Amino acid sequence: MLEMEEAARNGNYESKNVIMEVKGLTKIFENKLKAVDSVSFSVYEGEIFGFLGPNGAGKSTTIKMLTTLLRPSEGDAVVCGFDIRKQPQEVRWSVGVVPQEYTADEDMTGLENIMLFANLYGIPGDVARKRADELLMLVELNEAAGRKVSTYSGGMRRRLELACGLVNHPKVLFLDEPTLGLDVQTRTAVWRYIRILKEQYGMTLFLTTHYLEEADGLCDRVGIIDHGKIVRLGTTGELKSGVGGDAIELGIREKDVDLTSFIMKVDSVTSVVRENDHYRIKAPLGEEAAPAIMDAVRSAGYHVDRISLTKPTLDEVYLEYTGHKLRDEEANSQQVMAQQRTVRRARA
Amino acid sequence: MATTEANAVGGFQMKGEEQVRINKGMLHGLWALTNRELKKWYKVPVLLFLSIIQPVIWLGLFGKAMNFGALFTSTSFNIPGLNIPKATLDQLATQAMLSTFGTTDYFSFLAVGMLSFIILFTAMFSGMSIVWDRRFGFLDKLLSTPVARGSIVMGKVFSSIIRSLAQAAVVLVVAVLLGMDTAKITVVGLAGTFLALFLMAMGLSALFLMLALRSTDWQSQMAIMNLLNLPLLFASNALFPSKLMPAWLQVVAKLNPVSYATDAGRQLLLGVPGFASLGFDFLFLTAFAALFSGVGIFLSWRYLSR
Ligand SMILES: Nc1ncnc2c1ncn2[C@@H]1O[C@H](COP(=O)(O)OP(=O)(O)OP(=O)(O)O)[C@@H](O)[C@H]1O
Ligand SMILES: [Mg+2]
Repeated sequence: MLEMEEAARNGNYESKNVIMEVKGLTKIFENKLKAVDSVSFSVYEGEIFGFLGPNGAGKSTTIKMLTTLLRPSEGDAVVCGFDIRKQPQEVRWSVGVVPQEYTADEDMTGLENIMLFANLYGIPGDVARKRADELLMLVELNEAAGRKVSTYSGGMRRRLELACGLVNHPKVLFLDEPTLGLDVQTRTAVWRYIRILKEQYGMTLFLTTHYLEEADGLCDRVGIIDHGKIVRLGTTGELKSGVGGDAIELGIREKDVDLTSFIMKVDSVTSVVRENDHYRIKAPLGEEAAPAIMDAVRSAGYHVDRISLTKPTLDEVYLEYTGHKLRDEEANSQQVMAQQRTVRRARA
Repeated sequence: MATTEANAVGGFQMKGEEQVRINKGMLHGLWALTNRELKKWYKVPVLLFLSIIQPVIWLGLFGKAMNFGALFTSTSFNIPGLNIPKATLDQLATQAMLSTFGTTDYFSFLAVGMLSFIILFTAMFSGMSIVWDRRFGFLDKLLSTPVARGSIVMGKVFSSIIRSLAQAAVVLVVAVLLGMDTAKITVVGLAGTFLALFLMAMGLSALFLMLALRSTDWQSQMAIMNLLNLPLLFASNALFPSKLMPAWLQVVAKLNPVSYATDAGRQLLLGVPGFASLGFDFLFLTAFAALFSGVGIFLSWRYLSR
């Protein structure tokens, strides 16, 4: 069951249309800081593509370039068939953006915010009103629609941002850290909306995150970005098998013999390391390799003490390619605090 | 699960949905943006009240206290060796007032100046809203939509115009209630006055918005406003006729749009001779409004487009 889902998600994308093509995109700020360093990737129509990276990796800067808010220093990108440098206006007509910050107008109601953005996208009033109602329903804000945004909670604001970004029914929706600072329940809800958009409406989604579980559970393909560079890109399955696949830990009763090269000969085993009294074995498909190893070891007359199998997580992938762990919660609370500070400062 | 989700989504339809007539015109969104600013204002009546309170206080205190006419009429001169009859003194006083202010009633003179005053002060704050929008990220959100960059600036200009004209109308009513001379007010005169105020509001709002286009902090914006507002007010004929000012100040007053709007208003509402012809007043104001709106739209394309 799990594998089937995996296989479906990792499915062959060659047959799909490329909806976004990014080549050598670079942003150097006035202070000489290279926030984005020659990133190249393609996004296929109908997929959820994620950028995973720590604070300051250049995720938001990439989104700002792709949504025409920032001019790239170098490189090019074609979004929905339009060149972000030469046809920024056409790009704006065809994409939607949900920014990292809460940007709705606090003095207006949720409905008024959506109606305003519908108008800015040239949508006639009657259609806009219909869409606004549908979107408010989708993000479960229909009851709060008539209230001023200043009375909304953080989660409600995030959902309103999502609704505003969807009002033009974009072909590609950009989501910058869509679940930052949300509680588990709201985060799950946002993930559900995102899946609905992909599965029922065929929308292409580009999202950034520094939550591994988000990248793992939601995205079809993930680019790991650090210091402005894509250090690794692929389907979540590919990335995981990139770290050598599943890890098998094997304990043998006969402590005085070294079975490293013997185990290595077993089919599909990619690496074996002897650590004290046990072996760490890597194999792409652990559940098949483990019995094979056990059989081989037994038939050679040795005794298996214990065996365990662990599936790789993006955590390990992340660690392997960026050299540091993603300190999820810490980064999160820091950032939420920074965000709250901005709002307070602005209000003061 | 999937079905309840589908129900929750309602009629939301993307794939193959019926074609919607999208308005891709240059001016789409302009009124929505104007209305957004206006809403913040008319939904909070106390704001209107607060914003007219200042000019009204000026009118009440300054206008009534600076009773220039009484300078001559209620004091009795007694210069040794000269015996000037009271009637002559009064006549002299009237002549002095007329030649200085064009009217014997300083209060009415100042009332028209206050109309310009409120326009100037409202326009000044138009720049602040773009600074706020930038800080809250709202501006970035606007810029990610296909709305014309010029509309973002012009929406603020128009809302500022509408707001300041409404406030000017209230100030005028209060001035009349406080004793402004209404003998020569006509419908045409009123319309002309508000046209002049409209042009001034347009130019000034565009000017202050332009100054705020690149600004990210409201402190520097406040500093710019304070640097400009009092000179614009005092180096004009709004409070005092410019012809009695030193020559260098007269030059400034002659370039100051506040002078022309006030001058047009005085000619049209009070029937006093102006410092320029009515035609020139309007010509100057039209040029001013067109120039700064044009430059404002141009700069917004330049500076707001990344
Ligand atoms: N306008 C700017 N001028 C100068 N430097 C900037 C500017 N905007 C961003 N940076 C810098 O560029 C780098 C990348 O920033 P960016 O916002 O893209 O990071 P991010 O991956 O979105 O991080 P986060 O997870 O914190 O949102 C950071 O070091 C940041 O300080
Ligand atoms: Mg970011």
